[in-house]
Amino acid sequence: MHTGGRILIYAYGNPGRQDDGLGNRLIEELEKWVESNSIEGIELESNWQLNIEDSLKISDKEIVIFVDASNEDIEDIHFSPVEPSEGKSDFTTHSASPSFILALCIQLYGKHPETYLLQIRGYSWEFQEGLSEKAEKNLQKALDFLKKKVR
Amino acid sequence: MGRKITIEPVTRVEGHGKVTIHLDDDGNVAQTRLHIVEFRGFERFVQGRPYWEMPVLVQRLCGICPVSHHLAAAKALDVIVGAGTGDGLTPTAEKMRRLMHYGQMFQSHSLHFFHLASPDLLFGIDADPAIRNVIGVALKNKELAVQGVMMRKFGQEIIQITAGKKIHGTGAIPGGINKHLTVEERDRFLKGPDPLNADKMIEWSLSALEFFKDYYKKNKDFIDNFSVFPSNFLSLVRKDGAMDLYHGVLRAVDPKGKKILDDVDYQDYLKYIDEEVRSWSYMKFPYLKAYGKKDGWYTVGPLARVNTADFIPTPLAQKEFEIFKKANKGKPSCISMHMHWARLIEILHSAEMIKQLLSDPDIVEGELVVKGSKHSEGIGLIEAPRGTLFHHYEINGKDQIIMANLIVSTTNNNQPMNEAVSYIAGNYMNKKREITEPMLNAVEVGIRAYDPCLSCATHAFGQMPLEISLYDSSDNLIDIKRK
Repeated sequence: MHTGGRILIYAYGNPGRQDDGLGNRLIEELEKWVESNSIEGIELESNWQLNIEDSLKISDKEIVIFVDASNEDIEDIHFSPVEPSEGKSDFTTHSASPSFILALCIQLYGKHPETYLLQIRGYSWEFQEGLSEKAEKNLQKALDFLKKKVR
Repeated sequence: MGRKITIEPVTRVEGHGKVTIHLDDDGNVAQTRLHIVEFRGFERFVQGRPYWEMPVLVQRLCGICPVSHHLAAAKALDVIVGAGTGDGLTPTAEKMRRLMHYGQMFQSHSLHFFHLASPDLLFGIDADPAIRNVIGVALKNKELAVQGVMMRKFGQEIIQITAGKKIHGTGAIPGGINKHLTVEERDRFLKGPDPLNADKMIEWSLSALEFFKDYYKKNKDFIDNFSVFPSNFLSLVRKDGAMDLYHGVLRAVDPKGKKILDDVDYQDYLKYIDEEVRSWSYMKFPYLKAYGKKDGWYTVGPLARVNTADFIPTPLAQKEFEIFKKANKGKPSCISMHMHWARLIEILHSAEMIKQLLSDPDIVEGELVVKGSKHSEGIGLIEAPRGTLFHHYEINGKDQIIMANLIVSTTNNNQPMNEAVSYIAGNYMNKKREITEPMLNAVEVGIRAYDPCLSCATHAFGQMPLEISLYDSSDNLIDIKRK
């Protein structure tokens, strides 16, 4: 992965729900790192959840890395390419997956970035701010991983 | 013994629901219930916290409508800090909050229409789910899909400049607001290049309404008969009867339009509204005390607001309101699918209000906060996108929250959603021994009209699959379908 192009690292989650805020914390840490090392070409974004307007946001990027907390049975972190999905209409929800955003981007704007998803394993989801101890360790692994990737 | 069909959406979060349909021995629908798990732990969680934290803290409840919770909490705390009940704020504070709120309404309704409703209208509710989605809309009507994206983006950016940030906004504080707009911020939205300016949003809101009305002309029978049942309707209205989504008095009308509650100060809501607990549902059933549990339930949200208001105080939305009223012969509409029509009228009203507020000089200067003598209790109501939202707090002498009661819009719509599902099930599932895609789609479309918020507290993990289980008269599972 190179740093000369336009890279977007985009995390989503609710920092008021413990480890669901893993991605949001990762962006805070990356902002400090980018600033102190004067790294250019990387845009950092943090939000509650992905939504349809993000198809426009990613449309002019070369590389996009979505970051999400995960309660799935994965190792501490998991990095994988994102493929566009067919994006079924849900029963009722106002959020979208990375693959849905990518598919919408392709349909609406006729172009798309290389897209990846970095999942960070979380463990606790209560009404509290701050990460669990195990999630903090995974956050550090995710940071180390991304710093190597985008350098 | 009858058969039982279960439709169960699955999410990773607390908010979820399922539909159970009980069939009698003849295969007819005997009883239908929508079960939604409501997370009420938040009310206990906030006890002991300083009251001034509430407008930020309550945003943890919901990643979908955090602005509504933010503002309802701030309105309740206005009362506690002695700043009055909505009319005591400085002009700048009230208008900034309104701008934030109409930005929220605009983006949330736009998202619902383009993302959830328009695929059903463009392709029909029986279309293959693989195309009946916003990506399918993009393929068939790219312009419509692009407009949906930009309208949502516009509303989100209005929220960001008024609330201060995307996540855990801090704009509204007890007694006021913590900032006004700069002239540059205002001009960006008022006079910015196309398409992200207020005039373009009004134009596109009108286009969306025309899209719906055109569809309605061609599909009137479906819209008018898909789900229709008598209901009371409840919302805030302005003192003079105008639609007001930010502040007002409580009004309720019955299915014939008779006012059964009017000019009620919402600080007294407990005198008029109670919540029933039913053994089969985690979510309570609110009702008007004077009319009892059986007859006092009501609908909230866009359809309720259009049914209760005497007029809409912006010119273009007022014209559409008159068309709506004429189509319903001046009476409240009890047609569930008219919720979409009402929602589109509110999108237009919100766009007009955003332009009006951005054009007001108070939005870029003026006092931000007022203070008064402290009270121990405060109640804040707001018309959230999905309907009336109640926040009620009591504090002790140490400024800590000792009681919190929240009635969210989806709870207020618990009974009408049950009625809608019951009506649809009766039409689609009598004498059916197999679960079909049209059955599932119809139930889904019926609930979706109410835009219930099931993913409170955090973002949903992926899709919400629907699962239907069919049981025979001995409660044996004979069919199961998932989508």
